[in-house]
Amino acid sequence: MDYLKAFIVGGIICVIGQILIDKTKLTPARILVGYVVAGVVLGALGLYQPLVDFAGAGASVPLSGFGNLLAKGTLQAVQKDGLLGALTGPLTAGAAGITAAVLFGLLVALIFKPKDKS
Amino acid sequence: MHISDMEYDKMVKKYSPNSPIFKNCLGAFFIGGAICTLGQGLINLYSYLGASKLDAATLTSVTLVFLSALLTGLGLYDDIAKVAGAGTLVPITGFANAVVSPALEFKAEGYVLGLGAKLFVISGPVIVYGACAAVLYGAIVFVMGLV
Repeated sequence: MDYLKAFIVGGIICVIGQILIDKTKLTPARILVGYVVAGVVLGALGLYQPLVDFAGAGASVPLSGFGNLLAKGTLQAVQKDGLLGALTGPLTAGAAGITAAVLFGLLVALIFKPKDKS
Repeated sequence: MHISDMEYDKMVKKYSPNSPIFKNCLGAFFIGGAICTLGQGLINLYSYLGASKLDAATLTSVTLVFLSALLTGLGLYDDIAKVAGAGTLVPITGFANAVVSPALEFKAEGYVLGLGAKLFVISGPVIVYGACAAVLYGAIVFVMGLV
């Protein structure tokens, strides 16, 4: 059942992105930025976590889930450390995802050759 | 009316541009949904192996980022993206693809200002606006908490 929920909710979140691409001609970079910021805002308002609780990876794997993670981590850091937590919270929460992308990005770019554009 | 395969192809080409959005959305739904389902499988796997809820989600993100980076290096991610559109862009695998793809492409321009800098050409803005939005949220929470 959790697989079906993840599939449907994750699929719908991606369809929203597809409609934005087709209707507004937003570039992929803007879509990604928009999803993360939307995730932060929805997370801050407490609206995104219920979706994660319902759909699991269907809501946490899309980049809006990454934004929600940043908001959640920031809240916890502020509760613990006060205003300093506002500075340490966001990237602490996102550290694993960002560092993994940078690390694997470097390794793959070093090992592989660029594909010919055909 | 009998039509040959070639004529049929022509008809398809003629009429398909009229409804690309529906086709694109279908691709985005199924492939985006499939990536999230794979993510759910990984969360369940890591939870089964004893990881906490947060750790399982984090390990899942890292695994998906790794798989996406590898598929991008092999040139396969772009092939899937042609069908999937936003289905491969919106999940965290799309973020990883946006890191690896320009880094690989601009390797020829050097390891520092080519690979190293272009790694962040799309992920940089995502981190800038995501982190700063979260800082703003944290500051608001702090100020409201004081009042």
